[in-house]
Amino acid sequence: MKALIYLSFSVITLLGTIFARIRVRKTFKGGADMRQIAIYGKGGIGKSTTTQNTVAALAEAGRKCFIVGCDPKADSTRLILHIKAQATVMHLAAEKGSVEDLDLDEVMLVGFGGIKCVESGGPEPGVGCAGRGVITAINFLEENGAFDDDLDYVFYDVLGDVVCGGFAMPIREGKAQEIYIVTSGEMMAMYAANNISKGILKYAHSGGVRLGGLICNSRNVANERELIEALADRLGTQMMHFLPRDNIVQEAELRRMTVIEYAPDHPMADEYRTLAKKIGENRKLAIPTPLTMEELENLLVEYGIMKPEEVA
Amino acid sequence: MGVIVDKETALKFIEEILSRYPTKARKDRAKHMVVDEPGDDKCIPKSNVKSRPGVMTIRGCAYAGSKGVVWGPIKDMIHISHGPVGCGYYSRAGRRNYYIGTTGVDTFVTPHFTTDFQERDIVFGGDKKLEKAIQELNQLFPLVKGITIQSECPIGLIGDDIEAVARKTSKEIGKVVVPVRCEGFRGVSQSLGHHIANDSMRDWVYEKGVKGREIEPSPYDIAIWGDYNIGGDAWASRKILEEMGLRVVTQWSGDGTLSEVANAVKAKYILVHCYRSSNYLARYFEERFGIPWIEYNFFGPTQIFASMRKIASLFDEKIQARTEELIEKVYKPRLDRVIEKYRPRLEGKTVLLYVGGLRPRHIITAFEDLGMNVVATGYEFAHQDDYQRTLHYIDKNATIIVDDATAWEIEELTRKLRPDLVASGIKEKYQSQKMGVPFRQMHSWDYSGPYHGIEGFEIFARDADMAVNGNVWKFIKAPWQQ
Repeated sequence: MKALIYLSFSVITLLGTIFARIRVRKTFKGGADMRQIAIYGKGGIGKSTTTQNTVAALAEAGRKCFIVGCDPKADSTRLILHIKAQATVMHLAAEKGSVEDLDLDEVMLVGFGGIKCVESGGPEPGVGCAGRGVITAINFLEENGAFDDDLDYVFYDVLGDVVCGGFAMPIREGKAQEIYIVTSGEMMAMYAANNISKGILKYAHSGGVRLGGLICNSRNVANERELIEALADRLGTQMMHFLPRDNIVQEAELRRMTVIEYAPDHPMADEYRTLAKKIGENRKLAIPTPLTMEELENLLVEYGIMKPEEVA
Repeated sequence: MGVIVDKETALKFIEEILSRYPTKARKDRAKHMVVDEPGDDKCIPKSNVKSRPGVMTIRGCAYAGSKGVVWGPIKDMIHISHGPVGCGYYSRAGRRNYYIGTTGVDTFVTPHFTTDFQERDIVFGGDKKLEKAIQELNQLFPLVKGITIQSECPIGLIGDDIEAVARKTSKEIGKVVVPVRCEGFRGVSQSLGHHIANDSMRDWVYEKGVKGREIEPSPYDIAIWGDYNIGGDAWASRKILEEMGLRVVTQWSGDGTLSEVANAVKAKYILVHCYRSSNYLARYFEERFGIPWIEYNFFGPTQIFASMRKIASLFDEKIQARTEELIEKVYKPRLDRVIEKYRPRLEGKTVLLYVGGLRPRHIITAFEDLGMNVVATGYEFAHQDDYQRTLHYIDKNATIIVDDATAWEIEELTRKLRPDLVASGIKEKYQSQKMGVPFRQMHSWDYSGPYHGIEGFEIFARDADMAVNGNVWKFIKAPWQQ
């Protein structure tokens, strides 16, 4: 009898192991609840700052987060790690010979709120292929199980525009399914947002990626909120949140910290918490409907950013 | 025995071949297939455009045109395949450019030199690695006279500044370093690679004033142009020219040296063999240095004698008299014996001849000298001017001309025309032989050669006979014999 119990126990254990293995395989790219989010937007618009502050707010609320910096400048994790620039996957790989010689724990650091951080890295401006660096780094992370079951959020902080296939890597099949575009009411930021939407549209049909919304990082442009709400509407999406301009962000940055960490009681920290909450609750994921250049210019005229004669 | 068909039947064959294509492909490929009759000089197919996706084209790439054809044979330079290892490795030593020298010491044609790109070279750029490679090569092979950088595809994608590396390393090692932007994705075939290689030689050798060794000038100095010495072709051609009393100062580029290449500016005439791959520099020589160029053809007695006379007419009576004497007393009797021996065995046999950008037109008459008829021909990568130069060679029978033929078209033409010999490249060889049709490679001469010149014709005739009348074919039946 004892033997029988023992036997059935082993069978159950064995079955359990097999199922666990199957489950691990199935969820190789993270658990079923894990949300993978990519942040795009014009260069210098505040993608990295917004991402890190928002992720810090999520971590503060007890979420397990992972930031993957997809920019050769490698400045997507400095506020979380309090360092100048994290050693990147590509630089370490180049030093050691190839990515096959790397271990995950050499490139993955843990910072504020238990946030895991990796920078893909890449070449100096003007040489090599940064896009290929992003592809290599993300493949490396996948193959080495960086996206484990416990994660609630993965954020990809991507360089500027979707200039080539490499920078579209985070939104291809099986990776980020949700995109947020950081923009302001400035013409070029909106132009970039529209362009990125075109990229999303392409991958929406092949890989199922969706636009989650626009994040307005205010530059104090006249009618900015209305303008971005209108743009979001035209793009078939929503404005997630309007982040007012506040010097505290700059102050925190100079100390290599997020506002959440540096000044948790500041109203600006609450703005990021609100954004984090909205992203957490957001279920409106859309296939964007990009505008033509003419439509975009008309929109600017309509909201008084551009006078009609400037368009002509 | 193969059949010679009239124009009407040939057009019907083309129609049948095209009928298997989808509408769009059919419409496009129809422009590439024509039937030329003797005397017709207008019948030119569409050429030098992108191959259709989905078909098996026989073409190569720009890198193949530069590294494999034009630069590769220059023997005292090292030609670096800049990029991943495969492009150079899988094409290494495949073209049979013969050369004299001690490989690895003063000559470097057959080894494979590459920067062997890894992922990190793509991401961070390969400039530094290239620079190091050039310095190391110069240390390891101190007798090397210069280096060329043959770009593979990724170089163009990541924008490596190979020109800057060339300028810098050239200064450091005190030798010629030539950057060649011959990325494989450029252009529609290897033809653009020839052009790019010609241009890079113009800009980095001739325009830079690279000096060849001192030579005492003579009025009989000539340069052999566009002969890559496959199986020793350039040597066979050189013999004829030297026996005529001329002095060959440059063999460009088969068995050539950098010094010889530079010395081409001292030639009185540029004698162009492969017009397609070398006309760009020949034209430049005419404009820049006032050195005229003419084309010649040393395939088979008819063309050899015509070309010898054409070349002799550029020089004085002494040369002309010697040439006539040479033809009448030495060459003609010798080649008549070859024809006497092989013509009875080959008379009336038909050939499907499909190769690169020059040879089809040059070889048609050589087959005819042996009593054979070319029933279909065409080029992989020729341009309109090549086709214009082809039609007057077709003066015996209606001939199907196919530009950038697909595997399907070659196979079907073989089935319909039932040639006694298919003369084409390695990719067509086994398809043909498995059909039970004799085959000769007209790119590499099938490990034989030379085929140019006097001794070349003897070998060519022997090889044609060996292929067509080989006993092995008695054991395999062609599709139409079954």
